[in-house]
Amino acid sequence: MTKWEAVIGLEVHVELKTNTKIFCNCSTEFGGDPNTHVCPVCLGLPGTLPVLNKKVVEYAVKAGLALNCEIASYSKFDRKNYYYPDLPKNYQVSQFDLPIAKGGYLDIEVGGETKRIGIHHMHMEEDAGKLVHQGTIMASPYTLVDYNRGGMPLVEIVSEPDMRSAEEARAYVEKLRSVIQYTGVSDCKMQEGSLRCDANVSVRPVGTTKLGTKTEIKNMNSFKALQRAVEYEIERQIEVLEDGGKIVQETRTWDEAKGITISMRSKEEAQDYRYFPDPDLVPVVIDEQWVKELRDGLPELPDSRKARYVEQYSLPAYDASVLTAIKEMSDFFEEVLDYFPQPKVVSNWIMGDLSGLLNANQQELTDSPITAKQFAELLKLIDQGTISGKIAKTVLEEMVATGKEPATIVKEKGLVQISDEGELTKIIEEIIANNPKSVEDYRNGKTAAIGFLVGQTMKATKGKANPGLVNKLLKEKLQ
Amino acid sequence: MSLNQMTAHQLHQLMVNKEVSAEEITTAVYKRIDAVEEKVKSFITLTKEQALETARNVDKQIAAGEKLSPLAGIPVAVKDNICITGVSTTCASKMLADYVPPFDATVIEKLNAVGAVMVGKTNMDEFAMGSSTETSTMHTTYNPWDTDRVPGGSSGGSAAAVAADQCIVALGTDTGGSIRQPAAFCGVVGIKPTYGAVSRYGAVPYASSLDQIGPLTKDVTDGALMLNAICGHDHRDSTSAQYDVPDYTKYLENNVQGLKIGIPKEYMAAGLGANVRQVIEGAVATLANLGAEVEEVSLPHIKYALPAYYLIATAEASSNLARFDGVGFGYRDTDADDILQMFIKSRSEGFGEEVKRRIMLGTYALSAGFYDAYYLKALKVRTLIKQDFDQVFEKYDLILSPTTPTPAFKVGENIDDPIKMYLQDIFTSSVNLAGVPSICLPCGFVDGLPVGMQLIGKPFGEGTMLRAAYTFEQNTEFHRQRPAL
Ligand SMILES: [Zn+2]
Repeated sequence: MTKWEAVIGLEVHVELKTNTKIFCNCSTEFGGDPNTHVCPVCLGLPGTLPVLNKKVVEYAVKAGLALNCEIASYSKFDRKNYYYPDLPKNYQVSQFDLPIAKGGYLDIEVGGETKRIGIHHMHMEEDAGKLVHQGTIMASPYTLVDYNRGGMPLVEIVSEPDMRSAEEARAYVEKLRSVIQYTGVSDCKMQEGSLRCDANVSVRPVGTTKLGTKTEIKNMNSFKALQRAVEYEIERQIEVLEDGGKIVQETRTWDEAKGITISMRSKEEAQDYRYFPDPDLVPVVIDEQWVKELRDGLPELPDSRKARYVEQYSLPAYDASVLTAIKEMSDFFEEVLDYFPQPKVVSNWIMGDLSGLLNANQQELTDSPITAKQFAELLKLIDQGTISGKIAKTVLEEMVATGKEPATIVKEKGLVQISDEGELTKIIEEIIANNPKSVEDYRNGKTAAIGFLVGQTMKATKGKANPGLVNKLLKEKLQ
Repeated sequence: MSLNQMTAHQLHQLMVNKEVSAEEITTAVYKRIDAVEEKVKSFITLTKEQALETARNVDKQIAAGEKLSPLAGIPVAVKDNICITGVSTTCASKMLADYVPPFDATVIEKLNAVGAVMVGKTNMDEFAMGSSTETSTMHTTYNPWDTDRVPGGSSGGSAAAVAADQCIVALGTDTGGSIRQPAAFCGVVGIKPTYGAVSRYGAVPYASSLDQIGPLTKDVTDGALMLNAICGHDHRDSTSAQYDVPDYTKYLENNVQGLKIGIPKEYMAAGLGANVRQVIEGAVATLANLGAEVEEVSLPHIKYALPAYYLIATAEASSNLARFDGVGFGYRDTDADDILQMFIKSRSEGFGEEVKRRIMLGTYALSAGFYDAYYLKALKVRTLIKQDFDQVFEKYDLILSPTTPTPAFKVGENIDDPIKMYLQDIFTSSVNLAGVPSICLPCGFVDGLPVGMQLIGKPFGEGTMLRAAYTFEQNTEFHRQRPAL
């Protein structure tokens, strides 16, 4: 039986977070009533002309540099001509043969292996507006157009077809998001559409080099969806080929609910975009010195930060890559270390309880009120024996919910750890008296029985007893 | 001479001397419009109320003793592809018949700022595509010199309005000769400035890399005044040049001594009517007698200019006009069943024949498989033509040529023969391809119809061009002759 290999390339659109649109002064703020962030220019009214926002070029150059691309000293804008009701001019101003950046790469890690994925190029372009239907497209009696998004600045990052599995595709986009977020040029929020991704997927028999017929999958709005869609499409194509069928070159959409890809339109009648240089815009000429300044101004990127964590903090590689994947998380980690310099402890608490809590609340670190200083205070309370690790979890929950100082929470709720031997001895004596069966078991050699007694003690103290001390005292009494 | 027959600089003097008010001038212009518009049909829209209000404001300034800009109180007619806030801008097309722009073109802002009086919007070939104003879906405009004839195009309405004294000065746009050819046919002065000298913001584009706004006037001095008012960098137009705009009136000197003028032999050969050739030769002799050094030069690639022009212009037009789809503004077919049918029907019904012809030509030239053979080749030709001009301008200050192969032709004569119509641009389109400035001014008559001479300058060499044109004008009487309407 033929063994199959998938070939995957990704096109990722990233919205740049400039204050104004790419060719006019309209606001780029997300949301807003329909058609309130518009002007004659982004509505494409006859006679209006585009003027390039320099900040867009700056952000694109930063993104290009972070993706290890070569920045073109001379690039230009072209018109991509096609009809669409939310495209005001019926052409999109984009870049065709001379994009702003070319030939980069990203290193991804899958199954403990590092793999380099090539980036063919990155170009700048304007976004289209948005169509609003009443109910479904087919049933809607009318369609409204909201041009607020029209003219938002985008970069499109086109990878080489270097990925071989859905997992690699996901790792690539996650890494891409991480790197771009580090540069600060985009939020890369998939839910808000500031990061959108299309996947080109084909399969071929292992050992061959000729590319199979590819399909393009659109409409994946989470990393999970991306992985599932690509997985599904690979399996679908293999099945078609093994049944003796042929893959049709087409665009498919991911149906999240059904977990399948569906044919959208055939590429056989491929669009002829009739690209040509936009005569309303002059070429983009970029000064080498400026590129150097932007390169020097780039923040430390995830890969080098990760390496530093392993080196400087002796963290395991796994911890280092989890902590550095999101810049905010990484910055938070380092700030906590300023107050509480025990890297492994901080790492455990961030990766474990804090991340768990945020995930459960569907919160980003930046959405939660907790500060690095407060987090460090919490860890200090554990370290000093004021509270137990178990109590700390309760305190952390309260901190994430209210933003209160850990010491305040401990005080208000009376959560201070009981480390007073006399007080604990009294309680333990009571527990021993009330549980003769367990005591007997222990004395007969069932050492595990002590666990039950510890548990009873903790229960009696509502978790406030110092667990180490309870253990020690119990053993002494049972001797 | 009645007020409406005068030039801007004459009227300015009268206003400064308080011999006449701006309101009287505007009133005289509208009186003339009332009298002859039926015969000429220069206008699509008149804005009398606003015009009178502007004129009265200028009169208040005069009364207050304020210093008057040279164009304050001067009635200006505006080609109907230049946007004025709240005034219908139709491009002489059914597509934009009901369109009212919410913003001013930069040239309008500039003219408003100096107190010029906008009298109305003038007729044109639909979307500036044509050489006779016959493709207008509004009506045909007639040549004031002979109302059986066309005024030229596409700024035919503006040229006719100036020639018929229905305004003092006018604005047109020139993509391949659309200011200069009608100026020649109507016996007025027309200037196509250097590409980038005047902001295109607010002019509905035909072909962005060739379009330029310019003035049509009764004499060269008024042309200089208009350039002073409308030239200069505009941050809203990326292709607008950053340069120091000189005072163009400083170049109005009656002297061509030592000026080197080249006459391209290619222009004096092909397709030039014998009568027109005679008139041009006479004009050349006049300039030579006045002290200019005139020599024959060669522009070897000029024979490819017209096809290159039509490929580039239609390619850009096909894309520029894509926005007219019935979605956001303009004409919409309301019977269509789905969005694609709505696009198709709106465009089929909203555009005229010539516009559709050019959109199709341009779409074809840009399409996959033909791009290299047509559009790209045309761009290469454009570069060669630029180089031809550069070479001549290394030695010469100006290039002189006829503006058109013949004087104004009859209405209907060429309308069914697009190729013959396209040949109207044979002497003018290379100027747009090269991006250089050019002026057309009256230099004689053939059978009672005016003939225009074209003087082409170096990039941003409008000054030298004006100097030669002014000298010619001061030593001849052609510009003083008025049509007997
Ligand atoms: Zn805008």
